[in-house]
Amino acid sequence: MATAALEPQVEFRTHYLNHAYGIKSWLLTTDHKRIALLYLASVTFFFFVGGAAAVLMRLNLLEPTGSLLEPATYNKLFSMHGIVMIFFFLAPAVPAVLGNFLIPLMIGARDVAFPRLNLLSWYIFMLGGAILMYAVIAGGVDTGWTFYTPLSTSYATGNVVAAAMGVFVSGFSSILTGLNFIVTIHKMRAPGLTWFRLPLFIWSMYATSCIFILAMPVIAITMVLLALERLFHVGIFDPSLGGDPILFQHLFWFFGHPEVYVLILPSMGVISELVPCFSKKRIFGYSFVAFSSVAIAAISFLVWGHHMFVSGQSVYAGLVFSALSFAVAIPSAIKVFNWTATMYKGSVSYSAPMLYAIGFIGLFTMGGLTGLFLASLATDVHLHDTYFVIAHFHYIMVGGAVMGYLGGIHFWWPKMTGRLYPDGWARFAAGVIFVGFNLTFFPQYVLGYLGMPRRYPVYPPEFQVLNVMSTAGASILGIGYLIPLVYLIWSMRYGPPAGQNPWGAKGLEWEKALSPPPPENFEETPVVTEEAYNYG
Amino acid sequence: MSNHAAAVAHQFDDAFQQHDAATLGMWVFLTTEVLFFGGLFTGYTIYRHLYLPAFEAGSHLLDVRFGAANTLILICSSLTMALAVHAAQLGHRKSLMTFLAFTLILGLLFIFIKLAFEWRHDYIEHLVPGINFAPEGETLAAIQARHAPVNYVELFMIFYFIMTGIHALHMVVGVGILTTLLIMAYRGRFSPERCNPIEMAGLYWHFVDIVWIFLFPLLYLIGGRY
Repeated sequence: MATAALEPQVEFRTHYLNHAYGIKSWLLTTDHKRIALLYLASVTFFFFVGGAAAVLMRLNLLEPTGSLLEPATYNKLFSMHGIVMIFFFLAPAVPAVLGNFLIPLMIGARDVAFPRLNLLSWYIFMLGGAILMYAVIAGGVDTGWTFYTPLSTSYATGNVVAAAMGVFVSGFSSILTGLNFIVTIHKMRAPGLTWFRLPLFIWSMYATSCIFILAMPVIAITMVLLALERLFHVGIFDPSLGGDPILFQHLFWFFGHPEVYVLILPSMGVISELVPCFSKKRIFGYSFVAFSSVAIAAISFLVWGHHMFVSGQSVYAGLVFSALSFAVAIPSAIKVFNWTATMYKGSVSYSAPMLYAIGFIGLFTMGGLTGLFLASLATDVHLHDTYFVIAHFHYIMVGGAVMGYLGGIHFWWPKMTGRLYPDGWARFAAGVIFVGFNLTFFPQYVLGYLGMPRRYPVYPPEFQVLNVMSTAGASILGIGYLIPLVYLIWSMRYGPPAGQNPWGAKGLEWEKALSPPPPENFEETPVVTEEAYNYG
Repeated sequence: MSNHAAAVAHQFDDAFQQHDAATLGMWVFLTTEVLFFGGLFTGYTIYRHLYLPAFEAGSHLLDVRFGAANTLILICSSLTMALAVHAAQLGHRKSLMTFLAFTLILGLLFIFIKLAFEWRHDYIEHLVPGINFAPEGETLAAIQARHAPVNYVELFMIFYFIMTGIHALHMVVGVGILTTLLIMAYRGRFSPERCNPIEMAGLYWHFVDIVWIFLFPLLYLIGGRY
C-alpha cells in the first residue's frame, strides 16, 4: 500500500541500473556496482549448490547406518560442500559483492582503480567455477577440500586435477580483486578522507586484500605441484620417491589458515558498520578495531601449524604454533568487546541488519572460544577430526561470516536496489536462521566431545538423538536461507522506494550518493571533513 | 569528463594519480609473484637440506655454460629494457623501438637456448621426470660416483624443470607483452605523458630476470664445482 502511495512521487533519474539495458550491458560492464551484482548472482548460485550438498549429508546422518547415500557419494558430497563453500561462496561473498559495491562509494571514488581488471576477475571466477562444476558432474572428487596427499595424488578416484585447477583458477580472481582493492584504497580516496577517517569496513577489506595477495599465490603453486604429482607421479609429495606429504600440508595450511581469516575478516568489517548505525553511537575504540583487523591478518600467517598437531609435525613447532594461535584471540576479543561497548548506552534499534549483527557477535564469540580448545595441544589430540572441529568452524564461518554477509546485504540492499524489503519478514528470517543454526551446530559440539569423527557416513546408534537434532536444525536453517531469497527478489520490483538514507546512517555511500547511485557514483567528488561514525 | 586529458581513464582525477595507481598495482602483483615462486623455493630448500648429495649430483648434470650464457643474456636484456623505459620517458620513439626490439630478441634467445640446448639435451639423456627419467651410462655413473640415490636426483630434476619451466612461462608472457608494446610504439601510441605500459612492463621484465638470478646459482652452481 505504501508502494502505491509513493509511486507517483518517484521521478525518473538515471542510475547505474537503468542507464543501459540488455545482457551485453551487464556482461561487458566495467562499473564496480554492476560487477558486484554479477558476483551476487554467482555466489548465491554457489551457496545453494554447496548448501544442497550439506542437506543431503545431514539427511544421510538421520540414521546410524547412513542408508540414504553410498559412502563414496557421501565423500564426494562433503568434498564438494567444502570446496564450493570456501572457494566459491565465502571467499568472494563479502569482498567481491559488498566490497566491490561499497569500496569506491565509501571512499568517494568514481570506480575502483582498474575497472577492466575487475570485470576480468569475475570472468576468471566463473571459469574456475565452471571447471569445478565439470569436475563434479564428471564424477566428483572425494579428497575433502584440503586435497591431502597421498590420498589426492595416488588413491583418490575422482577428478582431482580438474577440481584443483578450478581452485587454482579461482584463486587468481581473488588475487586480482585484492590487488584492485589495495590500489583503490591507497590511491583513490576523496580529499580529506585520511586513513583514520576511513570506515572500518575499508580497514577490514584492506586486511583481507593483503591476505588474498599473499596467500592465494601459495595455493596456486601448491595446486600446480599437486596436479603434476597426480598426473606424472614424479615424487614431490610421495615418500617412496623421497617426497614428503607433510610438505603439502605445510604449503596448504600456510595458505589455508590465512584463507579462513579471509572468510571472517570482511564480515567483521560489516559488523563494525552495522553496530554504530543501529546504536546511533560512534564506534568504541576506532583505532583498536582498525588495527585488530591488521593484527588478525598478520598473525594469520604464523599459525598454520595448529592444523598439524597430530600430523607428524615436531612437538616443539606445535608448542610455538599453539601459543601463536592463542594470540589470535586478542585482536578478535578486542573487536567483540568494542562492538559490545558501542552498543552500551546507545539507542539500539532492532532492524533486520542489527539482528544479524547481534547474532554474529554471540555466535562468533562461541566459535572463537571453542577455537581455543583446539589451539591447545592436549585437548586438540582428543578433539582433532571430530565434530567438535566442524561445529567450531561453522560457528565462525556460518554463524559469523554468513550472518555478517546477510546483515550487510540487508543493510546495503536499499542502496544497491533503491528499494526496501519487508522488515517484518526480514526479522523473522533472521530469527529462523539463528534458531536453525544453533540447532544444527550446537549438538555437533557435543557429538565431537563424545568422540564422533568427522567425514564418516555412519555412526554408533547412541549418537542418533543428537544427529537427528542437527538434521532438524539444518532443515530450519535451509528454510531460513530461502526466505530472504524470496523477499529480496520480490522487493527489487515491488519494494517501496528506499530514499537516499533509510537508516539515517553515516558514511559517504549514504550521505553523498543517491539510491541507487548514478553510474559515476557522485555528482561531484565529495570532500570529507569529519571522523567516521559521527553519530549524535 | 571533458576536463580530463584523453589519456586519463574516467575513474582517475589526473595522470599522476593514474601513474601512481598503475605503479602500486604492478608492485602488488609482483608481491604475489614472489609468493608464487616462494612455494617452489620452499620445497627446493627442504629437499636440498634432506638430500644434499643428490641435489649436488643433479646440479652437475646441468650444463653450466648454457646457464651462465642465459644469465648474461638476461642481464643484458634488463639493461636494454631500462633503456627502453628511459627512451619512452623522453619520448624518443626510434630508440624506444630499438631497445624494445633488443629486449625482445634477447628474451627469445634465452627461451631458444633453454629449449633447444638444455631441455632437449635432458630429454635425450633420459632426465625428464614423469616422462622418461632413467639415467644410464655416463650420467648414471656420475650420479653413483657421488653416492647419490637416483630417485632423489629425480627430485632435483623435478624442481629444476618446474622452476625453470614456470620461469620460462613468465618469459613467454614477457615476450608477448614486448611484442604488443613494440607494435604500439610503432603506431606512435606512447608519449612522455603516456608511457605507463612501458614502465610496468619494465618492472615485470626486471622481476622475471631477478627470479633467474636466484635460480641460476641454486640450480647450476651447488656442490662446490667452482
